[in-house]
Amino acid sequence: MQDFAGAFGLAFGLIASGDADLFEIVGLSMRVSLMALLLSCLIGFPIGALLVVRKFFGRGIVIALVNSMMGFPPVVIGLLIYLVLSRAGPMGWLGLLYSPTAMIIAQTVLIAPIVAALSRQVLEALQAEYDEQFRSLGISRGRAMLALIVDGRYGLVTVALAGFGRAVAEVGAVIIVGGNIEHLTRVMTTAIALETSKGDLGMALALGIILMSIAISVNLGAGALRAIAERQAYA
Amino acid sequence: MKRTTLFGAALLSILATVASAEDPSILVQSTTSTQNSGFYDYILPIYKSETGVTVNVVAVGTGQAIKNAQNCDADVLLVHAKAAEKKFVDEGFGVARSDLMYNDFVIVGPAADPAGIAGGKDAVAAFKAIAEKKALFASRGDDSGTNKAELKLWDKAGIDIKAASGDWYRATGSGMGATLNASVGMGAYTISDRATWISFGNKGDYLIEVEGDPVLFNQYGIILVNPEKCPSVKADLGQQFIDWLISPHGQELIAANKLDGKQLFFPNAKP
Repeated sequence: MQDFAGAFGLAFGLIASGDADLFEIVGLSMRVSLMALLLSCLIGFPIGALLVVRKFFGRGIVIALVNSMMGFPPVVIGLLIYLVLSRAGPMGWLGLLYSPTAMIIAQTVLIAPIVAALSRQVLEALQAEYDEQFRSLGISRGRAMLALIVDGRYGLVTVALAGFGRAVAEVGAVIIVGGNIEHLTRVMTTAIALETSKGDLGMALALGIILMSIAISVNLGAGALRAIAERQAYA
Repeated sequence: MKRTTLFGAALLSILATVASAEDPSILVQSTTSTQNSGFYDYILPIYKSETGVTVNVVAVGTGQAIKNAQNCDADVLLVHAKAAEKKFVDEGFGVARSDLMYNDFVIVGPAADPAGIAGGKDAVAAFKAIAEKKALFASRGDDSGTNKAELKLWDKAGIDIKAASGDWYRATGSGMGATLNASVGMGAYTISDRATWISFGNKGDYLIEVEGDPVLFNQYGIILVNPEKCPSVKADLGQQFIDWLISPHGQELIAANKLDGKQLFFPNAKP
């Protein structure tokens, strides 16, 4: 397969030459997915913590619902957001369709359930450990949630990485609501889809290699940060 | 406290994202064939340098492009399905339709040519031969302009492709480039606009089998979305883009767009 060797060469060539289009696309991918991740954490962590500390009626159903939302197909999310943001849709007056903001919204809808469901699992283990203390201290639910999120932060980093991974690798939703517009809404995954459909498989693969390298670097970086932080915490 | 600051920062950067898209720009709904052939990569930087207007292109199948424009999610529509375009204008969604340029469809297939159609000039006869030999054929199957043109040919050949779908007739439901990739992968015949075929980078041993039949003529049209139906339409900027493309200057530029010495589109706007 000539494509493989060629693609690695092309990938390194693109990075080394500081290709402006490439950096723009990578930058937008990062901006959109990190912003979606930030919003998802702000939404998902409290929901996860709430599901742990409050044993309300129907909690089991809510948890099952959030868990199954993890598996929603991105293309369906994209279609729903398209219908909402389209000029003919209920929020069309905002004029957000085919903008990075629309992509952030779609990815947030996609990964907030992942962050919520996984953080519930992480925090549930912690809650079992802390439950008695919370009771004896008689602290409010809000403080208990905060304490769980703060003390569970290392586990939550892994949760955030899972969410980020899904967001940055996703193509179905962002291509519908973003439109893959050059210099405006073209990100790594939609650029790969475009190069593939041009039959430029080498370039598509090169972009894929760069995307995977970024994903690996982000994970390694987060792992290293976590290791350093944990060492300091227990030193 | 910390969290509210973080949330504020998040909101601010989202607002900044919105504000940064406020250069003079228009939105064009168009087809995968014009994008995959590199037409926009060629023409839009010239337009931007001459007028300062950014043209944002969403490239989907003609059917979807028209649907998106009907939802007012476009200023200009540039597609290739004359009947559907006329309907779009007649129903009041578009202001007026102008011919812009043309190229032609070509039937491509593997060098082995299992249906024996190479060198033919008759597209309908070629389709009949493919059906008779039950040679694989990949269709766009996505209601695009190319798909509509292909379905007309099957109709003329008197072949019921619905019955063959999933057997020798394979509807990919995707864009021109993706369908060419699938054809090369399966060893299937397919029909493509010439511009996408010329610029397609994964041809393998594929060749043009049939070309030059008048029924393979492929006309592109351009339409301003009606601002009376869609108040969000930037009518002045959209019309400026249309006028520029159909002007002698724009038409010359279209004719000058070549790849490997081959002209991709032939301008034919009426002055």
